[in-house]
Amino acid sequence: MSALVDAWPQLLAGLGTTVFVLVTSAVGALVLGTLVTVARVSPVPVLRAAAFGYVQVLVNVPLLALLLLAVFALPDAGLIAPLVTTAIIVLTVYEAAYVAEALRSGINTVPRGQVEASRALGFTLSQTLRLVVVPQAARAVVQPLGNVLIALLMNTALTATVGVVELTSATNKVNLVQAQPIPIFGAAGLVYMALALVIGLGAGRIEKRVAIRR
Amino acid sequence: MPDADRPPMVSLRAVDKHFGDLHVLQSVDLDVAAGEVVVVIGPSGSGKSTLCRTINRLEPVDSGQVLVDGVPVPAEGAALARLRADVGMVFQSFDLFAHKTVLDNLCLAPTMVRGTPKAQARREAMALLERVGIADKAGHFPAQLSGGQQQRAAIARALAMAPKVMLFDEPTSALDPEMVAEVLAVMTSLAEDGMTMVVVTHEMGFARRAADRVVFMDAGRIVEVAPPEEFFAGGGSDRTRSFLSAVLTH
Repeated sequence: MSALVDAWPQLLAGLGTTVFVLVTSAVGALVLGTLVTVARVSPVPVLRAAAFGYVQVLVNVPLLALLLLAVFALPDAGLIAPLVTTAIIVLTVYEAAYVAEALRSGINTVPRGQVEASRALGFTLSQTLRLVVVPQAARAVVQPLGNVLIALLMNTALTATVGVVELTSATNKVNLVQAQPIPIFGAAGLVYMALALVIGLGAGRIEKRVAIRR
Repeated sequence: MPDADRPPMVSLRAVDKHFGDLHVLQSVDLDVAAGEVVVVIGPSGSGKSTLCRTINRLEPVDSGQVLVDGVPVPAEGAALARLRADVGMVFQSFDLFAHKTVLDNLCLAPTMVRGTPKAQARREAMALLERVGIADKAGHFPAQLSGGQQQRAAIARALAMAPKVMLFDEPTSALDPEMVAEVLAVMTSLAEDGMTMVVVTHEMGFARRAADRVVFMDAGRIVEVAPPEEFFAGGGSDRTRSFLSAVLTH
């Protein structure tokens, strides 16, 4: 246990980086994923195709490959950004595809008939989306989005492989010095679990609060 | 009763429509006068629902013209939304907004589309709920209502826009038998009040009771148009007689 106490500042700094990367890329992925979803359900065929292609490409490429590509190939092509920034952008772009899939599944839970009824009442497309589709879809996606965020949290650990000193990387560095893998990695694991639990419980609470009475 | 001096409230002229290879409407002509109740019957797949849905352009037509109150139905956009606001529609599956109370279902379109003040919209909505007999359900959510109550709420929602014409697309087909009567009663009273109505239905009793004219469709064509007493007397075409003998003897 003394190993943990001695290495406390290093581990805390790693955790801070993990939370920072998690929060920034989560916000980015939610915004980008929403835009992709809007394109995906838009009446414009080109936008729909582009959004479909975006999702298909990103869910079919390993995140690690994307990280390696961004960190090592982009500088070669003259695009240089700070390491953490690069990692956040990659996670944002990657998770946005999963956010888009979750949002689309939510939109699909809104019965088509309600959309027709909205149109028949004289709602414009944007009114139909704003007043009928989105409020109901949003309720259905709380838990799936929570799961995407938990996956994102776990994926932040992959940034360690390209040199970001987040929790996993910091833990590894501490262990290299202290050589006490069980308490050190065990503690890191518990921290990830606690963070995932917070996200999961938060999603559960939000879902209960917004549930439609039946 | 129909008013002969006014132009037709709904007019279909040489309307054609395909779904892929299926020629679902074949040069259909139909005028519905203001105040008239037209009941459209026919076997499944005859195109009667599609006909109903072309009137507010939920189904665009391939060729021909659709006019509502003398105005050609425009292409998708703001003008079409305005026209749809004047055309009430009731669907087989009710399609109430599941996240809104019954009262809010009625108030949403008047406030958002017409800009009716909230208080006024609520007053008018309550009067309509009273009229369809579910004022006590105003604060309930759709899933808390029976099918018949949901459909009456859906009729009230359409009426809240004070439409010029009401379209009913098989409004009782998804209902348990004991709930059909309560919905038909609301529709009958609406017909008696002079609402212009196009009703696609399998309810022959309603057609007899409430229709000014019965339209019989088969395979994308209007086969026969006649007042109900004449239509059900069985003096029409062979196709009409075979349909009637099938539906009236079961």
